[in-house]
Amino acid sequence: MATKILLDKINVPGIRSYEVYRQQGGYSSVEKALKTMTPDEITEEVKASGLRGRGGAGFPVGLKWSFIDKKSGKPRHLVCNADESEPGTFKDRYLMEYIPHLLIEGMITSSYALGANLSYIYIRGEYMWVFKTLERAIKEAYAAGWLGKNILGTDYSLDLHVHCGAGAYICGEETALIESLEGKRGNPRIKPPFPAVSGLWGNPTVVNNVESIANVPWIVNNSGADYAKLGVGRSTGTKLISASGHIKKPGVYEIELGISVDEFINSDEYCGGMMDSRPLKALVPGGSSVPVLPAHLIYKTANGEDRMMTYESLAEGGFESGSMMGSGGFIVYNDTACIVRNTWNFARFYAHESCGQCSPCREGTGWLEKVLHRIETGQGTMEDIDLLWDIQKNIEGNTICPLGDAAAWPVAAAIRHFRDEFEYHVLYPEKVKNRDHFMNEPFESIKHLITN
Amino acid sequence: MKVTIDGHEIEVEPGTTILQAARMIGGESVPPAMCYYSKLEDTGGKCRACLVEVSKGSEADPRPMPKLMASCKTGVMDGMEVKSISSDRVLEARKAVTEFLLINHPLDCPVCDQAGECDLQNLSFQHGISQKRFKEDKRTFEPENIGDNIQLHMNRCILCYRCVKVAEQLTDDRVHGVCGRGDHAQISTYISNAIDNEFSGNMIDVCPVGALTDKTFRFKSRVWFNKPYNAHRNCTKCSGKVTLWMFGEEIQRVTARKDEFHEVEEFICNQCRFDHKEPTDWVIEGPRKFEKFSVINQNNYTRKLDKVVIKTEEHILEGREQDRIKISMKNIPYTEHESKE
Repeated sequence: MATKILLDKINVPGIRSYEVYRQQGGYSSVEKALKTMTPDEITEEVKASGLRGRGGAGFPVGLKWSFIDKKSGKPRHLVCNADESEPGTFKDRYLMEYIPHLLIEGMITSSYALGANLSYIYIRGEYMWVFKTLERAIKEAYAAGWLGKNILGTDYSLDLHVHCGAGAYICGEETALIESLEGKRGNPRIKPPFPAVSGLWGNPTVVNNVESIANVPWIVNNSGADYAKLGVGRSTGTKLISASGHIKKPGVYEIELGISVDEFINSDEYCGGMMDSRPLKALVPGGSSVPVLPAHLIYKTANGEDRMMTYESLAEGGFESGSMMGSGGFIVYNDTACIVRNTWNFARFYAHESCGQCSPCREGTGWLEKVLHRIETGQGTMEDIDLLWDIQKNIEGNTICPLGDAAAWPVAAAIRHFRDEFEYHVLYPEKVKNRDHFMNEPFESIKHLITN
Repeated sequence: MKVTIDGHEIEVEPGTTILQAARMIGGESVPPAMCYYSKLEDTGGKCRACLVEVSKGSEADPRPMPKLMASCKTGVMDGMEVKSISSDRVLEARKAVTEFLLINHPLDCPVCDQAGECDLQNLSFQHGISQKRFKEDKRTFEPENIGDNIQLHMNRCILCYRCVKVAEQLTDDRVHGVCGRGDHAQISTYISNAIDNEFSGNMIDVCPVGALTDKTFRFKSRVWFNKPYNAHRNCTKCSGKVTLWMFGEEIQRVTARKDEFHEVEEFICNQCRFDHKEPTDWVIEGPRKFEKFSVINQNNYTRKLDKVVIKTEEHILEGREQDRIKISMKNIPYTEHESKE
């Protein structure tokens, strides 16, 4: 069995309750941190661990912490980003639902490291039952003296609140999240200033993903160096992967970074191979925002090396022949899947979730959706494919926040790798009008219609 | 601090944005701004029309910035080098933004009161493409009545947020804002409230397009048929300095005075704007000049115009003589004089 950091105790009966969690050694990192370590020492440990942000961008957590403005004397805040809405990603929910105290322990230790006395968990509104689980867990933690005034008799105090979002994907963007937490409309702010300087109510703020924070107790209990031993190169530690799609065993898996994609998909310990033994067609390795990979680039990179589950290896080849680790929403497609339909589905999501603040994203995402819908329903033309390419190119990089990029990348990758499928949709409109057009007639078997 | 924009060098104070520096230089390098408004706080960054390329970050860190930057929100650094119209990437991006802004814009300029002083018209004149690539139906909104003085045309709105900032910063109670999100975000009052506030009329002036127009001026004239005059009156609520838009002796519209970047010099109150439409209410200072290329100059009274004489045949309405004879009944006398004979 591979090393497990987050899901080690997940199968202990009653781990959701405070008593069992405490018996299993929970909250020991808080004891260790508050009694024997200074905040800067914790930050140094996290830096040494090489832990990278698990929300999608993969920015080193320790580095992010060290940017927080401690000189201004303003109160500081830690905000946990539990607004997990990326299609294909459901790892944070699993963590919060089954082992809520791990997140709370991580929040206390991390808040201590940052010198924050008021911290928040911003959870998406659709996770209402998880919200209640967390509320209960926080109440238990207050009762046991882990939160509140003078924790463990030290002069460190911390208040922790859970705030419920109202159903907007954009509020997972850190500045939009802060706006929403302040009670405003969740529009991303224009950076700079970064939240580390001016975040929640103008105070220095760090926003971290649930999984990033949940890793901190282990790092404090053991050491940053121990954490860095796991994984490969700059991808250290373990990562939760939300596996879904045409695989035998979908679910949340904790992997040690550095196993191969082949092993992850095909070994019985993880996904258990392809469903119904149908061939693999495409893979979205990191949630809907990242570029899709065609079959020949999944197990091997363009250079012929094995593709690994690491930040670097998944990005190998750039956008031409690679993808991204993203948030770990691992979506596998077999040959019955229609890439055009899938791309349209993603585009529809982004058009629905764009905040409407900046023009390229507001107008562009809607336009992408409309053109893709036209192609998918057999009413597209060849010019539409080039038009799609133009629109995504015009959105990318010109928007306030990364949502525009996230909407553009999947479209670009789909056209780059699966252009023949788009052409098939244009040339054989009668065939694609059937919603299940590739179910009985996988694209591989009719590909010759396009190539000749 | 020294900053270079399209090869023009200028010294500016720290804290100046690239757009402000470009406006100090003036000329063609000034990026278009659809949402930024220097008189209002916290505007800008949204329309992305003012994107520029920073080819050198600063003297200390000369690396170029990888992405195009919104010039209205990016502060200058010492030694920064910026490319505005001299960069193909920038022109490309502006073209793209213009297209994005136009795909859902109704293009009803012929019946729009803003036509002639519309920032989107200017932007598309400069950076637009003549061909349309958007085949779908444009989005539309249900009309909403937001009061007696201001007409809201949500279909024309480009969501610059300027009017929201006006309501936030000039008036006491903001009753309107942006509802919904994505391409169905809309300016609206919650719920169908009338906007009734002493300074609410300034929303009309800051609106870059025809989404908010003056109901007292609605369909009265085209802006280029009006003669603008600077005028003032003693007003207890505002400075009372306005521009009157005259048609003959009639004041058809009152607006605040706008500078060359179409930003008002001083905000005016609703009484000055909507209630004082008699020339005797005002002390007229003299004609107001507009920038050289403005269509408003079509009605330029500073230039001598020749009187137009329409030359027609004298009896054109009666028709030609030979035709009249043809259609008449020959046997019946044509004139009174003939019948007496």
